[in-house]
Amino acid sequence: MIESLISFWASLPIALTTVIVILLKIVAIILPLILAVAYTTYAERKVIGYMQIRMGPNRVGPKGWLQPIADVVKLMFKEVIIPEKSSRFVFLFAPIMVLAPALVAWSVIPFADGMVLADVNAGLLFVLAITSLDVFGVILAGWASNSKYAMLSAMRVGAQVVSYEIAMGFALVGVLMASNSLNLSDIVNAQAGGIDNWFIWPLFGLFLVYFISGVAETNRAPFDVAEGESEIVAGFHVEYAGMAFALFFLAEYASMILISALTSLMFLGGWLSPFEGTFLVNIPAIGALFDSGIHWFLIKIMIFLFFYLWFRATFPRYRYDQIMRLGWKILIPVTIVWLFGEMVAIGLGWTPWA
Amino acid sequence: MISTLKHYVKTFTLFELLQGLSVTGKYFFKKKITIQYPEQKTPMSPRFRGHHALRRYDNGEERCIACKLCEATCPALAIKIESEEREDGTRRTTRYDIDMFKCIYCGFCEEACPVDAIVETRVFEYHFESREGSIITKDELLAFGDKHETQIAKDRAVEAAYR
Amino acid sequence: MTFEQIIFYFFSTILISGALGVVLVRNPVYAALFLILSFFTSSAIWLMLEAEFLGITLVLVYVGAVMVLFLFVIMMLDINMDPLREGFVKMMPLAALVAIIIAAEIVLVMASPSFNFDQSVVHAADYSNTKAIGNILYTEYVYPFEIAAVILVVAIIAAIALTLRRRKGVKHQNPSKQIRTKRNDRVRLVKMPSSSTQNRAGE
Repeated sequence: MIESLISFWASLPIALTTVIVILLKIVAIILPLILAVAYTTYAERKVIGYMQIRMGPNRVGPKGWLQPIADVVKLMFKEVIIPEKSSRFVFLFAPIMVLAPALVAWSVIPFADGMVLADVNAGLLFVLAITSLDVFGVILAGWASNSKYAMLSAMRVGAQVVSYEIAMGFALVGVLMASNSLNLSDIVNAQAGGIDNWFIWPLFGLFLVYFISGVAETNRAPFDVAEGESEIVAGFHVEYAGMAFALFFLAEYASMILISALTSLMFLGGWLSPFEGTFLVNIPAIGALFDSGIHWFLIKIMIFLFFYLWFRATFPRYRYDQIMRLGWKILIPVTIVWLFGEMVAIGLGWTPWA
Repeated sequence: MISTLKHYVKTFTLFELLQGLSVTGKYFFKKKITIQYPEQKTPMSPRFRGHHALRRYDNGEERCIACKLCEATCPALAIKIESEEREDGTRRTTRYDIDMFKCIYCGFCEEACPVDAIVETRVFEYHFESREGSIITKDELLAFGDKHETQIAKDRAVEAAYR
Repeated sequence: MTFEQIIFYFFSTILISGALGVVLVRNPVYAALFLILSFFTSSAIWLMLEAEFLGITLVLVYVGAVMVLFLFVIMMLDINMDPLREGFVKMMPLAALVAIIIAAEIVLVMASPSFNFDQSVVHAADYSNTKAIGNILYTEYVYPFEIAAVILVVAIIAAIALTLRRRKGVKHQNPSKQIRTKRNDRVRLVKMPSSSTQNRAGE
């Protein structure tokens, strides 16, 4: 049986098998990602509940574990309502436009050494370019809805995302200077050799700037003026219902996970273990747990996701002018000063920057 | 000068943000105070004002004498009473309807009643299955009173000292 | 036809129809969307030419930033399209002439010997377009590059200086002053004897 399958596989043309293998890889990334998104919503409700000394969802299934699945089923059976005076095509196109970049960016993320769908040379630039497309869907959704609240939200998102992208890009320039590469795998490998080689230490300021602008980029609390439920109802997705709304939701959480993944890749050494090179790795049987591998990457992503939720439970929403002030007058100057310092350090050959 | 410096140090070390995070972080590990409602319930006061009931005397005679004080005092005009003389010469109600949609559970009917006939019980978990179902008739109220008489009598006894 | 050619023609078709869409579509927002599509496909074609830095930068800068602001402005405008279409026939010959001149110029430049299209360079797998551009920009073309940068900075400053006007009597908040307020600036706790002790003192 198995042998006949193998021979059948070998008899297929190379072009076809390559396409099939790539498609399988994509499925292997997207499926866990979407599951992770579902359980991030559950984790969000639980964590925020715990921080408000509540319990969070605990009714559907044991301890509420089936809650996200129940939510999905509910959303699937709801009607997708299209406003009569909306721009129909753009209205339906916008959710796809939001979700697609959030998924495409995962193609260049290395999960472990060599475990990457497309090992692109300019991976860092690619990620930056793709994540900057996220905003289009939101703006189009706001415009196509033909609703004042949605329009206001679209305006807010447009300005906010464009401003924070600059700080984000500058922070990445710092990483690029330290690692001497645009390839994400090379960036991680440049941090090899123990926890003290991670870029978070020499680039701590850039790390903070990157994560803060990452939170702003994904329109999460405390930068969620786009949603602003107390001011503009639900922002750009007021007019959306059912699965179309669910796509926005999916995209928001997928890009949250993406930002967490990128932060851990670029500043916390991705799949590298903090115990790398210590005696723990050599312990028989459980030594592999302490060695570098995909599990460390996942743990780091989870830590940053927890921070996302922690921020949401803690901070009140920024006012719009305060967001603009933070982006332009604080984060960008901080990155420029830090980059200048890094430049001098590299020029003089100081460790750990050079 | 010093205060400006202090301000900048505080800003760039994210001092106040970390303070806020530590508060929520502490609460994350605190004991949760949620009550799992259908399984757990909060203690209830004997003065609780829930579903209405009409009471009887121990010999089975209904207490209500159709004085209509409750109807008069009801701020939501939820009570409707009609009365007639019974064969034995006493005045009794022929109709005692409470519209539960109108009722605001203020308890004035109970306060107004000179014979403790209309009372509000501890029962608050009830529902109607039709629109007309919201109007509770005399028979239903009496049956409800019979069903919960022990609890009603106990609550009245506890509260007697304050009335 | 090789696989690459198929992909090339696929993208070219989308690019040309997208570019036509920019000109022909009536709704300005749709026109902007077609422009985004054209940017995107041209960046894909650049990627096929192993110019990944340029391709990605095109998406990053034009699609990710410039077009966002474009859309931003177009969405807020309430354009009446009719007066813009007036005199279409009258202007047609002039427009055609300009278009022909531009096309001829492009052909002349592209056909000139400095563009050697026959030279098909095959790069190694670890060839980095980004590094190559960086090397050439900061060595051979460093002065033109710096001068271009200075001109752009001047343009930015000029644009801001021309549009900036400080209006008198406008009330606005200063967030950096606002977040600097401390509790002591707003609240003063005063210790007062309670009224009962006062009364007793008066008795």
